[in-house]
Amino acid sequence: MDIHEYQAKEILSRFGVAVPAGALAYSPEQAAYRARELGGDRWIVKAQVHAGGRGKAGGVKLCNSEHEIQDATNAMFGRKLVTHQTGPEGKGIYRVYVESAVDFGREIYLGLVLDRTSQRVMIVASSEGGMEIEEISANRPESIVRSTVEPAVGLQEFQAREISYALGIPANLTQQMVRTLQGCYRAFRDLDATMVEINPLVITADNRILALDAKMTFDGNALFRHPQIAELRDKSQEDPREARAADRGLAYIGLSGNIGCIVNGAGLAMATMDTIKLAGGEPANFLDIGGGATPERVAKAFRLVMSDENVQAILVNIFAGINRCDWVAEGVVQALTANPVDVPVIVRLSGTNVEEGQKILAKSGLPIIRASTLMEAAERAVTAWKNDRKQNTRMRAV
Amino acid sequence: MSILLDRSSRVVVQGITGRMAQFHTREMLEYGTNVVAGVVPGKGGETVFGVPVFDTMKQAVAATGADSSLVFVPPPFAADSIMEAADGGIRYCVCITDGIPAQDMIRVKRYMLRYPRDRRMVLTGPNCAGTISPGKALLGIMPGHIYLPGTVGIVSRSGTLGYEAAQQLKDHGIGVSTSVGIGGDPINGSSFRDILERFEADTDTHVVCMIGEIGGPQEAEAAAYIQEHMTKPVIAYIAGLTAPKGRTMGHAGAIISAFGESASEKVEILTAAGVTVAEHPSVIGETVARVLAKRAA
Repeated sequence: MDIHEYQAKEILSRFGVAVPAGALAYSPEQAAYRARELGGDRWIVKAQVHAGGRGKAGGVKLCNSEHEIQDATNAMFGRKLVTHQTGPEGKGIYRVYVESAVDFGREIYLGLVLDRTSQRVMIVASSEGGMEIEEISANRPESIVRSTVEPAVGLQEFQAREISYALGIPANLTQQMVRTLQGCYRAFRDLDATMVEINPLVITADNRILALDAKMTFDGNALFRHPQIAELRDKSQEDPREARAADRGLAYIGLSGNIGCIVNGAGLAMATMDTIKLAGGEPANFLDIGGGATPERVAKAFRLVMSDENVQAILVNIFAGINRCDWVAEGVVQALTANPVDVPVIVRLSGTNVEEGQKILAKSGLPIIRASTLMEAAERAVTAWKNDRKQNTRMRAV
Repeated sequence: MSILLDRSSRVVVQGITGRMAQFHTREMLEYGTNVVAGVVPGKGGETVFGVPVFDTMKQAVAATGADSSLVFVPPPFAADSIMEAADGGIRYCVCITDGIPAQDMIRVKRYMLRYPRDRRMVLTGPNCAGTISPGKALLGIMPGHIYLPGTVGIVSRSGTLGYEAAQQLKDHGIGVSTSVGIGGDPINGSSFRDILERFEADTDTHVVCMIGEIGGPQEAEAAAYIQEHMTKPVIAYIAGLTAPKGRTMGHAGAIISAFGESASEKVEILTAAGVTVAEHPSVIGETVARVLAKRAA
């Protein structure tokens, strides 16, 4: 689960990481008022969206007066910010963070991640802050410092010092850097984060180490023990269909194709999408309805997939193991009888009692296209979609 | 022979009194698995399908000689149960539970290092379908009848995609020595490489079928091991060619974040290591059949 920059800064500052003075605003007037409260004569206003790359997309502005703040935030509120991380639909700006501008020299990159090779928390830092970590590892890989944390004892001071020296941080700031690193690690560990990123971490003109930006991502599986973090969820930053699916216990990701997919199991769902592509089509979604594939879940899945208006055919691929195919087939028939769909439906069942399942589908009288292998199902889905599209075009032409 | 699990395995089910655990305990018993005990704190003295329930793992092991365990405990308590199994003297543990916090798994893996290698428990999962040595024993939630006994080792991150492979092998009349689910989580007990090492050492496994997916370094690590140490042919399929970068695809571990983690990069790396990669999931069975035929010739 992602949170906003201002929330991440508030959390990290509680763990001893220094951040600039700042305040949140929900309107241009409030933003200007916040600036007056903060004092000074230069402020940064930052659109609060769950995505990186805000600066280049116009979501971060330096302002020299309250008037400029009103103008800048007027242009932000209610708009969708499109960055390289948001996709073309962008993310809505409903909150703006106002910060006192600071003069700084060096910029450092600092990230904490779950490293899957060592299966531990890894600190990744670089003296080349300001750039994205992908750019750094492509252009200046030798500048990257890595250190893994022994989970039984946590981040040790000597490790933090080693990182500080490797980054070339002046000796009089080593203690501040150690405090920053340990604060980030403790926040990561205590709150079950999966990522903490400060980019840039800067050395200010008056010799302070300050987090100018901050991102935190949390482990969705651990939210049950962090209700105060779970409360920070902002649904305005999520894809509405994905959020609705998640609330119903389905894993759904919308894509840009036309063939909707209903599958049990994440691996099989990915394999189904790949096969559609191989057969010359494009999947409209990833959808894992879970191992069970009960009639209720199948019905929910049909409604969810059909809520995407780009869907012109639906491929159902269920491996019935403990559940038998005849039972899954009944579920499909029930779902389609209760909520008929106006696009071709291709069903491929595999596993226990597959013949009985096929018979139930055939006898239902519903226009279900059956297939025995995944490749066959994908080819039939692509053919059905293309034919359907031709018919629709013809009808429109008439 | 087989790996990790056979007729002599004595199984304890952790969390045996839960609804799903009871259902799958019955399935395992019907398959012929030697389920000797269950453990649920506070329910010691009860029985489930005639299987005695104990309060602690140490009691269960002392009373029944259990050496293998299946963890069917809800996510908040699962890590604790795995550590209890490791400390109780269990040799092989399968964790089915989906949704364990990643940092709990980091702690579990660190905890297991307390034991010297020869006494260290082997863990597969979490978030997996389990392990089956067809005709011998079933330790998990997979449908036993889709697996014929035979000489192909299967190792898979995904549950249903692993079933798909087993069903296709069965349709070709090909049997399985052992099928191991390693699970879809970012921090897991055993990697592809760990399981491949066991298949390489198992005399009854002749070829290995490996089912991977996007995300994580374990397929690339497996490729390096296969190239340098494996004498047995490996057939692989990697799911997720169409998965967008940076998105979690259902499995917590299925997210592309670095080089070598996309499906096409994994296919490339495995092919370069001499692995036969099935182009799409419908041809996993025939690809294994072809490799077996070539091996026989």
